Amino acid sequence: MKISDLSELAVRNLRESVLRNSLTTVGISVGVASLVAMLSLGTGLQQLFTRRLEKSGLFDTIVVSSRREMRGMGRDSERTGVNPAESRVLDEPARREMEKLANVVEAYPDIRLQTELRFEDKPHLTMVSALPQSAKSNDAFDDMQGSFFSSEIAPEAILQKSFAEELLGKTPALGAPEPNVADLAKPLLGKELTMVYPQREAVSQPPLRPSDVASSENVAAESYSVVSREQKLKIVGVSDLDPESMRGPMRGKLFIPLKLAENLHIMQAADLRDIAHSGDAAVYGSISVRVKDPSQVKGVEDAIKSMGFSTFSILDASRSMQQVFKVLFAFLGIFGSLALTVASIGIVNTLVMAILERRREIGIMKAIGASDADVKKLFFAEAGAMGILGGIVGVVFGWAIGQVINFGTNIYLRRQSIPPEHFWAVPWWLAVFAVVFAVIVSLVSGLYPATRAARLDPVQALRYE
Amino acid sequence: MTTAPAISAARETTAIRSESLCRYYRMGENVIRAVDGISLEIPSGEFVALLGSSGSGKSSMLNLIAGLDRPTSGSVVVQERDLAKLSREELAKYRLHVVGMVFQSFNLIPSMTIAENVELPLRFAEVERSRREALAMEALERVGLRARIHHRPTELSGGEQQRAALARALINRPQLLLADEPTGNLDSHTGIEIMDLIREFNQQMGMTVVMVTHERALAERYAERMISLADGKLVDDRPNTPLAGRTREAQS
Repeated sequence: MKISDLSELAVRNLRESVLRNSLTTVGISVGVASLVAMLSLGTGLQQLFTRRLEKSGLFDTIVVSSRREMRGMGRDSERTGVNPAESRVLDEPARREMEKLANVVEAYPDIRLQTELRFEDKPHLTMVSALPQSAKSNDAFDDMQGSFFSSEIAPEAILQKSFAEELLGKTPALGAPEPNVADLAKPLLGKELTMVYPQREAVSQPPLRPSDVASSENVAAESYSVVSREQKLKIVGVSDLDPESMRGPMRGKLFIPLKLAENLHIMQAADLRDIAHSGDAAVYGSISVRVKDPSQVKGVEDAIKSMGFSTFSILDASRSMQQVFKVLFAFLGIFGSLALTVASIGIVNTLVMAILERRREIGIMKAIGASDADVKKLFFAEAGAMGILGGIVGVVFGWAIGQVINFGTNIYLRRQSIPPEHFWAVPWWLAVFAVVFAVIVSLVSGLYPATRAARLDPVQALRYE
Repeated sequence: MTTAPAISAARETTAIRSESLCRYYRMGENVIRAVDGISLEIPSGEFVALLGSSGSGKSSMLNLIAGLDRPTSGSVVVQERDLAKLSREELAKYRLHVVGMVFQSFNLIPSMTIAENVELPLRFAEVERSRREALAMEALERVGLRARIHHRPTELSGGEQQRAALARALINRPQLLLADEPTGNLDSHTGIEIMDLIREFNQQMGMTVVMVTHERALAERYAERMISLADGKLVDDRPNTPLAGRTREAQS
């Protein structure tokens, strides 16, 4: 029999006992819904973690430093390779070169200094760090008070919570409850503070002394002087989380826009070290290179190493995370499938009942020329139709359950002052998989009834009233 | 028309031949000999009545010829096919293309309309929908049921249902029409209408007809040959001479 005829007859037969077949189909959809609900929870959690990891910038960032930087001495990579003294200087041309590498999103210099800040005429010492505009997507700034920098050169500052506490003199004693970040931000946002910083200033006419003239080697073509400057900054944001947690003691507590920092020509330690090579141009202590995807870190890292620099990255932890999620997935899938298993027994029951009821009809069909295969296919088609319908309804149902639970959980999270999350996801492949799985389960369930119907003896069946 | 010579030529070939055909059933301790060593030969185009009381084995014989049942021993050869040697699949094809069947209780599928019932064998034969509909219409026209095509069997009278069943039996243009008490559930007037139709198919299309009945009068009126069974054995086999009834019928 043709597929079109089969499906037509199957749908007709299903409509003949609407109540029973609908109940069976509801059974399948409940099974599929539970499967979809379980797996979408797994998928949602996985996506949430991946998103968090990606946003943290921990796994897609490579920190590049010059081999001339001796602080990390003793590492394998530094003991081998080019002699540090002969290696390249980490300057603007090197940064541009890195930015041109494949899979690199951006490469920005790391400008940080420990300096003095004056707030309401009181000096404070802290670590200032410059951030590119792209840092806005870092999850540390997701729930900050106030806003991110209005532009890349705006004289604005974002404070890390602990520095905000210090400015207000509210640093909690050990073990004491942490003050709320919103309360800290209220008196600070919009206020001004003054940053004192050393500026690197080019000297157009180097002061020459007669003794220098005698030996031409001592005459520097270019040089700079260091001048103490002040810059007023408006506080625009207070962040609860620590955006530079991976930098340990070097992490910034006050952040300013990167372009602003570059324009201010803030003097960096590396400037002093490499003055012989760079002259007036800026030299960077380190450069952060952000790649498109954590999996590309290794390749980009190798490319940068071959340029003659040292690199540092955190091994892609998301891969081992995937393993954990695979196991979780399997467990959730097994639990979700239980209901579908029960539903499949329902299919067997419904079809066996249908054989009893339609015994005579099967006999008639055989008498007028239906083969065993025709009868078998017909019952298969009925099982398959229930599977498709139950699968589709189940996916919608499962999705709805997810939405409701997501909604409910977020109400709870909000009460606990935890920002809402989306930990429930039904991607298209899950929907397709669920429907296909439902059809397969239905067909397998239909196997026994269909075979039984096909083997029915037509003479007996015709005698049946 | 060349039907008459074609039919007479067909008469020379054998449609059905059985040799020592047996069909036994086991009922607990007892063995029931439903068909017990029947040998007969039916030429193509013949109208044969199988007579006998209830339990004589006539329906079992018909089921064996229809390929719905398999012999315990002996052979039944229809149109040169030894049915005992055919696979289940081949038997289904045989029933689909060679045999048309009508039953006492009509056996239409109640959930389908008359048109759908009639075209059902064509679905198994994988005939295109448009051709299927045309053939069903033609068959229903032939039995005078064109106006009732969209009705369900339960909405039709017994006679109409049997006409529909006849249309269904004819749709694949079988060489053999097997009728199991076709008038058993009909009043005598309607029964005659149905029998007239069967005879029409026999005479106009050269179809071999084997009809099971216990009504001797009906057999005498329509069949060319009457075979009587009792306890699974053939007890009488004679031509219905001199077709007096048939001629009278034709004249009236």
